[in-house]
Amino acid sequence: MFKKILIANRGEIACRVIKTARKMGIKTVAIYSDADRNALHVQMADEAVHIGPAPANQSYIVIENVMRAIRETGAEAVHPGYGFLSENSKFAAALEKEGVAFIGPPKGAIEKMGDKITSKKIAQEADVSTVPGYMGLIEDAEEAVKISSEIGYPVMIKASAGGGGKGMRIAWTDDEAREGFQSSKNEAASSFGDDRIFIEKFVTQPRHIEIQVLCDSHGNGIYLGERECSIQRRNQKVVEEAPSPFLDEETRKAMGEQAVALAHAVDYASAGTVEFIVDGEKNFYFLEMNTRLQVEHPVTELITGVDLVEQMIRVAYGEKLALSQDDVKLQGWAIENRLYAEDPYRGFLPSIGRLTRYRPPEEMASGPLMEKGKWQGEAPQGAFAMRNDTGVYEGGEISMYYDPMIAKLCTWAPSRAAAIEHMRDALDGFEIEGIGHNLPFLSAVMDHEIFIKGEMTTAFIEEQYPEGFEGVELDEEALRKIAASAAAMHRVAEIRRSRVSGRMDNHERRVGADWVVSLQGQDYAVTVEADKEGATVRFEDGKPIRVASGWTPGDQLARLTVDDGHLVLKVGKISGGFRIRSRGADLKVHVRTPRQAELASKMPEKVAPDTSKMLLCPMPGMIVKIDVEEGDEVQEGQPLCTVEAMKMENILRAEKQGTVTKINAGPGDSLAVDDVIMEFE
Amino acid sequence: MKDILQKLEDNRDAARLGGGQKRIDAQHDKGKLTARERIELLLDEGSFEEFDMFKTHRCTDFGMEKNRPYGDGVVTGWGTINGRQVYVFSQDFTVLGGSVSQTHAQKICKIMDMAVQNGAPVIGINDSGGARIQEGVDSLAGYGDVFERNIRASGVVPQISVIMGPCAGGAVYSPAMTDFIFMVKDSSYMFVTGPDVVKTVTNEQVTAEELGGAATHTKKSSVADAAFENDVEALAEVRRLVDFLPLSNREKPPVRPFFDTPTREEASLDTLIPDNPNQPYDMKELILKIADEGDFYEIQEEFAANIITGFMRLEGQTVGVVANQPMVLAGVLDIDSSRKAARFVRFCDAFEIPILTLVDVPGFLPGTGQEYRGVIKHGAKLLFAYGEATVPKVTVITRKAYGGAYVVMASKHLRADINYAWPTSEIAVMGAKGATEIIHRGDLGDEEKIAAHTKDYEDRFANPFVAAERGFIDEVIMPHSTRKRVSRAFASLRSKKQAMPWKKHDNIPL
Repeated sequence: MFKKILIANRGEIACRVIKTARKMGIKTVAIYSDADRNALHVQMADEAVHIGPAPANQSYIVIENVMRAIRETGAEAVHPGYGFLSENSKFAAALEKEGVAFIGPPKGAIEKMGDKITSKKIAQEADVSTVPGYMGLIEDAEEAVKISSEIGYPVMIKASAGGGGKGMRIAWTDDEAREGFQSSKNEAASSFGDDRIFIEKFVTQPRHIEIQVLCDSHGNGIYLGERECSIQRRNQKVVEEAPSPFLDEETRKAMGEQAVALAHAVDYASAGTVEFIVDGEKNFYFLEMNTRLQVEHPVTELITGVDLVEQMIRVAYGEKLALSQDDVKLQGWAIENRLYAEDPYRGFLPSIGRLTRYRPPEEMASGPLMEKGKWQGEAPQGAFAMRNDTGVYEGGEISMYYDPMIAKLCTWAPSRAAAIEHMRDALDGFEIEGIGHNLPFLSAVMDHEIFIKGEMTTAFIEEQYPEGFEGVELDEEALRKIAASAAAMHRVAEIRRSRVSGRMDNHERRVGADWVVSLQGQDYAVTVEADKEGATVRFEDGKPIRVASGWTPGDQLARLTVDDGHLVLKVGKISGGFRIRSRGADLKVHVRTPRQAELASKMPEKVAPDTSKMLLCPMPGMIVKIDVEEGDEVQEGQPLCTVEAMKMENILRAEKQGTVTKINAGPGDSLAVDDVIMEFE
Repeated sequence: MKDILQKLEDNRDAARLGGGQKRIDAQHDKGKLTARERIELLLDEGSFEEFDMFKTHRCTDFGMEKNRPYGDGVVTGWGTINGRQVYVFSQDFTVLGGSVSQTHAQKICKIMDMAVQNGAPVIGINDSGGARIQEGVDSLAGYGDVFERNIRASGVVPQISVIMGPCAGGAVYSPAMTDFIFMVKDSSYMFVTGPDVVKTVTNEQVTAEELGGAATHTKKSSVADAAFENDVEALAEVRRLVDFLPLSNREKPPVRPFFDTPTREEASLDTLIPDNPNQPYDMKELILKIADEGDFYEIQEEFAANIITGFMRLEGQTVGVVANQPMVLAGVLDIDSSRKAARFVRFCDAFEIPILTLVDVPGFLPGTGQEYRGVIKHGAKLLFAYGEATVPKVTVITRKAYGGAYVVMASKHLRADINYAWPTSEIAVMGAKGATEIIHRGDLGDEEKIAAHTKDYEDRFANPFVAAERGFIDEVIMPHSTRKRVSRAFASLRSKKQAMPWKKHDNIPL
């Protein structure tokens, strides 16, 4: 086996590869840029080599720099991770030239699968199902109609040079095809100056389902089931799972066999992924092949027990696959949620900065994660596993230079429902502070009916959150549980406050049992009857909720037993109560005595100022330049001013047309988030 | 007998109704609570003991003899906050607009005298139209009496003012002399002369809110220490503050049970200081990670944010915190931040509250804007305040401690008890670049040489060890262990006794 390998990547995937290498007794070399000096992968590796400035195009993807690191450390092989140089055949060639093994497929396979047209052609030749379509030049509308009816409706008429939905039409009839061809052509001509048009089958209710294949260099190949990756936002996968809730055994087998056939057609040797688009009738069509380890590979590892990185290393060393297709058994269900440093409340804008708090749920494995690469009998009921692939730590930095992914949180359980339930708890208990992140959004997806039923398509996010994500409204039952928990916690906090020193003897404050809890616009009058184990919280209608927990003031995570179930809440302080986050909801919870509540109800509702006509500072920073003057009329997209933050100049632009009425800041001013820079009319 | 008892009840009911239901409703319509409702929220349930409920004015001018409501526009007495005694007065806007008469003032003076004698804080809730004009100079005398009580009580018992309505003219000077002023957003304002007079005299057009609203006084004038959304929130936060304060200068600060480990380590603090020395970081993160349960009560958050002041607890005991904030103006000391911190340090010293100072200061802000306005004298206030403070003083330098500002920020030279430095500290006269350009003026044209000299200077001084060699730093500590080290430092100082030479009082450069 190799003695030392270099990981030509960063972040979670570098850490993930190092873990397996360590397990196999292989020494590891990390590479790092200026921005990653203190990164986790650098700390985990046995050696680390600096390879350049922060931007990836000056460090991680500069082949010469990586080659220098290999020479300096004497690494015998390189794992490229995903992204960066992972599908770069020049890199594979450079390694080959120096006699260093590439832990990935042969460069020929990378080249062939890297080109969309070639790969489709090879797929067709290998009898892999591809989206029916006509790639040649289409002369006129009548020919378009003829081709369309041959393919079978609905069809998509697309500009060759197209993108972003421009020059694209869907046709369900001959008439629509005729019309669509003409308008696509016109649009393409005006938008791209290239009016070439092609037609292909329009896939309805599309799902993104991909097959994991694994081949050695001795002609053996197997498939390790599928992954369902339909929940995507702008082509970025967000939630993945294995197996797919949609496939049946027959389709799985057909897809798997075609995927292996395709791999063999390009002499594939390593782990790879064949992506398919699957329609509502379980027709599947080849999209592309990714000749690398996929981000979402952990779900496959969890249901098969196979360590894909280990297999890649063994294959690269020339070993034969120790697994045959019959050894591959899919067991249980695995879900992956990708945590991104993207603020869901601000249109998923990337958020960078310091992780002031980062406490993922504890990783654990009971049953499904196998050591030997094979299942040892059935996993017991109630078994579950939690896995968190991450490249960050508390006090670390999310840098603007790289992918904003913070972690990949995976749960495994014998059933899909149980895996989802564990995921909900895991998300509730995952503490990330200091930056904006999509955790509340993930929680919302885990509770979404369409996801629970497994009926999602690639349009899920677009269709279900057309206006973006605005947080979650909890139902009555959930609210009552939180209200009961808050009342019990508040009582603990108030009793502690009443025990301050310097009290008047015999005139101590007695903390009462009656409270009014206000959250999400609801008031609940409750009575808290505390005992040794916890508290019974009785609601006005007589219904009690039993709450038990070891929560004490200052704990930011409350793990409670509420009735027979459990509840994990993120608890923060606000005046007169708590900020509680749970299941994607972010609540201000006030707990007051009945009299306090009565008086609080007299307080005026304060309306937040209308900020739609203001330019707010999006980050703490300094104004470098103001581009407009009071009285100027501005157009949408026009630069208004430049704010320097973290040594980066950010140009703020007008969101809509308007007139500048007032400018409140000037160059050199230091501003906080949401300070008003200028106002419009 | 029964009739007599009934008579008392009837009189009490009349007194409790203040200016009558109509005026109470009007008060509520303005989003304000009544004087008694406010007391209810401020004090522990059922703990209020009222005095002078039936006191009335004695004015006979302008028909006033026909309008002599019980209580005379202010409710006074004492009660408890979490079982600890406080004295309180709450002006009743529904009774003669809460205007201050001689008798109104006498009620306030009575409880202030008791507070000083018995050693308990005074909390004043202000909601008053101003002087009772019908009384003329009697009303002014009343104000004067209150002012004199404020002065006498200063430094003896904590005094807190909550502005919950108008507070104008001479009336502002009573809160002005108390230790803390809180305001309610949109329903309180303070000014010496109102918008109408301003218009007449200076022709300046300004609204009451702009002239003296909560935003003005928390952000611009620094008259107020904090502003809250409404009466309920403001009073809850006053209770929270009182939990930090000793009852008087004869008592130790309070201690309460805590649920945090004094030895808690925070590995993330080891990466708090960015690699780039010019990059800011948030000092509040350090404060929250040092404090018991991450609980911090900030004073003057919105003013001179380049310095942070407020209270935390360590091992359950109150500690005052002063910290430079690199996020704002690089944490520089200037007139505003010096004044803000100096006043806070003096409060802590007056009431035996130990002081934790967290230092990352590049120096004093240069420029005519500062010099013309007297940064010399204002900066000296903070220096003076630290130097005269005899309470336990623990200092942690996290990064920069340059020049005179290093000395000011609770350095060893001002008799700070325990001075720690992180390994990232740079204790020097100035930054390496500036120093090099002075020492090696002759090489200024030669970039290479200057770079080499800068490197030399950095190696020599951009660290805590030179200061540690001299004993100006007691220990260089790991950032992750800061909470533990600081907690133990204060624990070791619990019986500290230190005295200044006898003097009538000092002469701080006001």
